[in-house]
Amino acid sequence: MLSPGAASGFRLDGRTALVTGAGSGTGRAIALELARAGARVVLVARTRASLEEAAAAIEAAGGRALVRRCDVTDTQALHALLAEVAPLHIFVNNAGTNIPRGFTEVTDADLDTLLGLNLRACFLAGQAAAAGMLRHGVAGVILNVTSQMGHVGAPERTAYCMTKHGLEGLTKAMAVELAPRGIRVNSIAPTFVDTPLIRRIAVEPRVRDALVARIPLGRMASEREVALAAVYLCSGAAAMVTGTSLLVDGGWTAQ
Amino acid sequence: MTPEDRAAGSPALPALFRIDGQVVLVTGAGRGIGAEIALQLARAGGELVLVSRTASELREVAARIESEGGRAHVRVCDVTDSARVRAVIEDLPCLDVVVNNAGNNIPEPFVEVSEAHLDALLDLNTRAVFVVAQAAVRKMLRHPDRAARGGTVINISSQMGHVGSPNRTVYCMTKHAVEGLTRAMAVELAPRGIRVNSIGPTFVDTPLVRRIVDTPEKSRFILSNIPAGRLASVTEVAAAAVYLASPAAAMVTGTCLRVDGGWTAQ
Repeated sequence: MLSPGAASGFRLDGRTALVTGAGSGTGRAIALELARAGARVVLVARTRASLEEAAAAIEAAGGRALVRRCDVTDTQALHALLAEVAPLHIFVNNAGTNIPRGFTEVTDADLDTLLGLNLRACFLAGQAAAAGMLRHGVAGVILNVTSQMGHVGAPERTAYCMTKHGLEGLTKAMAVELAPRGIRVNSIAPTFVDTPLIRRIAVEPRVRDALVARIPLGRMASEREVALAAVYLCSGAAAMVTGTSLLVDGGWTAQ
Repeated sequence: MTPEDRAAGSPALPALFRIDGQVVLVTGAGRGIGAEIALQLARAGGELVLVSRTASELREVAARIESEGGRAHVRVCDVTDSARVRAVIEDLPCLDVVVNNAGNNIPEPFVEVSEAHLDALLDLNTRAVFVVAQAAVRKMLRHPDRAARGGTVINISSQMGHVGSPNRTVYCMTKHAVEGLTRAMAVELAPRGIRVNSIGPTFVDTPLVRRIVDTPEKSRFILSNIPAGRLASVTEVAAAAVYLASPAAAMVTGTCLRVDGGWTAQ
């Protein structure tokens, strides 16, 4: 059974959270806001330099951060890391990527990259995190960062949509299975977020304008808005929220 | 703890989850989910306008909000009386957040639904929700600085706005309709700075649900369908409203925040 929500919602004091892909963009913002809400945060990514910067920003904001270099597709390394930082209360499966390309142009290598990181690594990381929570009797929270593309289709997004829809399916199935053990599992589905990844994809103003034109609120989401959705979902305020996808999409999928 | 401290809500409700200075109207605010939403939005800094048919209940909720140092006004009104509810909303000095919460359910088999029951649920769960939302948005748009100030509509829907269930044909129809209204309003009003979302709870421990779920069989059916293994609390639904009303959700519109313990994930 899921424990009832605390009246002092929106705070994460006394919890340990691990965020993958925490060196930049959305992951870094999530780590910062979880830390501001009181959590001790473990920052994970492949490159140490970016993690050190993110950790410095958290510490400057009065938070507590721990840096661990790890490739989340390396399951053994991830298991060792999870054992080291246990007990973990919050796991944010944020690492992911996109290779926008016409359907007929997608190479086997593109496909394997997206399947490997966006689905396989997220599955195994979520599995490892859940196993750790169960072992330590922690009523934890697992958060998968998906996308509005986990709900709709778009041109040059076949592999991306496929993997993000897959992650939404995983979220629901994990939630149903793990609820009786006290673990909540949800996803956050942002529209285009103003991140380095998006800036690389939408270099041309024309491309950028076309994206924004599809967002009823008329702008991209900020990293912080995605991160605040994470704070809500990880907190006691969301104690009865599981198996759902919180869309932070400015109305894109409502059309 | 002074009333002022308590009015500030939990020890440290982060600034971006607060709605200080905003005027909030809640329908069905006399009891259950509506009363708790009013209380929590007041704790988050909102000035409340409480609407329902029963003056005594509204006065109790207002007194509780005021005892915590918050501000609340009582407006006795049947939301299915369109002229009256439009006048109540029009007469407000300002409006920033409306929570369309009043609703009802009459569970019965499809073939037994009478036209009287059909009309009662259509009128309250769908027509009144539309009218209240329309009157509220008209009021919001009269503020010269609305796009910058922002405005928010929160429709209290249900998990039954997403799935079907036995003895719920009319209820599911009306709640699915609220989901459609939410999306269409969101797309149309986004350029004007008004966000529109719904909350889709599972069965919540309220007087309404306690009246409807009156046998052990019904109780078992419900609990066996909630992976979380329990009903939602009014506190949890209200916390979702605080999030959706707050600046933290500035990019959230046209969606339904489900507080359903996993019911619809199955």
